[in-house]
Amino acid sequence: MHEFVEAFKFIAHNGAVAGQPQLPSLLHLALHTLEVGAIGVGLSILIAVPLGVTLGHLHRGSFLAINIGNVGRALPSLVVLAIGDAFLGLGLTVVELALVILAVPPIVTNSYLGVHGVERELVDAARGMGMSGAEVLARLELPLAVPLIFAGVRTAAVFVISTTTIASLAGFSGSLGDIIANETSYHFSGVLGAAICVAALALAAEGALALLQRALTPRGLRLAHAPAPRARATPAPAAH
Amino acid sequence: MTLAAAPVIPNFAAHSSSCVVQNRTFCAGWVSHNWSSVLWPALRQHVLLVAAAVAIGFAIAFALALAAHRHRALERPTIALTTFLYTIPSLALFELLVAPVGANVFSAEIALVSYTLLILFRNTLAGLRSVPAEVLDAADGMGMSRRQALLRVELPLALPAIVAGLRIAVVTIIALATIVYTIYDAGLGVPIHQALGEGPFKTELIAAAALTVALALLADALLVLAQRAVTPWARAGGR
Repeated sequence: MHEFVEAFKFIAHNGAVAGQPQLPSLLHLALHTLEVGAIGVGLSILIAVPLGVTLGHLHRGSFLAINIGNVGRALPSLVVLAIGDAFLGLGLTVVELALVILAVPPIVTNSYLGVHGVERELVDAARGMGMSGAEVLARLELPLAVPLIFAGVRTAAVFVISTTTIASLAGFSGSLGDIIANETSYHFSGVLGAAICVAALALAAEGALALLQRALTPRGLRLAHAPAPRARATPAPAAH
Repeated sequence: MTLAAAPVIPNFAAHSSSCVVQNRTFCAGWVSHNWSSVLWPALRQHVLLVAAAVAIGFAIAFALALAAHRHRALERPTIALTTFLYTIPSLALFELLVAPVGANVFSAEIALVSYTLLILFRNTLAGLRSVPAEVLDAADGMGMSRRQALLRVELPLALPAIVAGLRIAVVTIIALATIVYTIYDAGLGVPIHQALGEGPFKTELIAAAALTVALALLADALLVLAQRAVTPWARAGGR
């Protein structure tokens, strides 16, 4: 347990290491990790939600929408980053590209399943009330799909934080992973302290998104689904 | 005068083709030359790491799912705990385990196992719960005990969901096990790390990456075939 005491001292000192004044502070690295991750998640949402929602609304492309998630899971973050490093050089752009490659699949799959899974009778009723296709999507399908879309975004966010730290192993600098990848400078107490911060960051991001999800979920749905377990990376397990 | 010691830095260039020296995209010669010394051992270790993690994870998750199937109150705390574990980024979890457990195969396995639990628990429980009440009534009516109904009705019907969970877990763990090298010198992360340290050396990187992805796809396909073999009724229904 001595190591953990030292690790918390490292955190309390904001990442300062005796005799190494040139190292960036822990807060700076944590904020940069969040920034890199937020850009990655933001870009992924912009690409994946419209794609998944459109496919779900049209009930088309289920093979693509479902299998893209499976293929995405088989791609190790380190592999994507290392290949990016080897062929393009690992700057911020390539890291963001890797994050998007890894974060888009779960969001597409969940957005598709969320919209596709809205009950037929509800859509028919909305149609009967005279709603157009766009209105059905905006006022019925999207609100009902919020829990699943968010489950995808949460999976992606955790994935992205994890990958941003792994990027340090491939030579990208500017995230909390820098500390974990550099035990020589930071000693084990620093590595452990950074690991604690990374874990806390991921849990905090997940928690914040869970609260946001609650706020955005229509009230009727919230009540109806209150006791159900939260859907995460893999909804509808048996179907495929 | 004493003889000079052997050079400390091996002369790679003397043994390397021009392809390797120029770091071209892919040098098949390097792969065949280093298959038995570098890539095959890493692949073997990778398979063992993943197989052990999924086997242990499945045993734990299966027991938890059976317990939660009997006692509903166990579901929420189990989901909360396994979600918590699943959320911790791999690189961090490996290091967090090094302090109490040490930088060894046990830390690696504990971390990998902890990532299988959420997926396997949720799918097994969902599978058990998906059995229609009428079917259970019928089993009851045939005079089956609770244990018989579980073994002969519920588990067979839950198999597709359980295998779906196993597929996700296996593919996820194959990807995650590339990070194991940071605390324990094993798996396909080792050649990836080695390749990154040298420039990066593209051939080794591509070879190790291809092996990782191919392993995931192969394991997935094998599980699909295994599921088909053990659930002939699912095929008869013409899904």
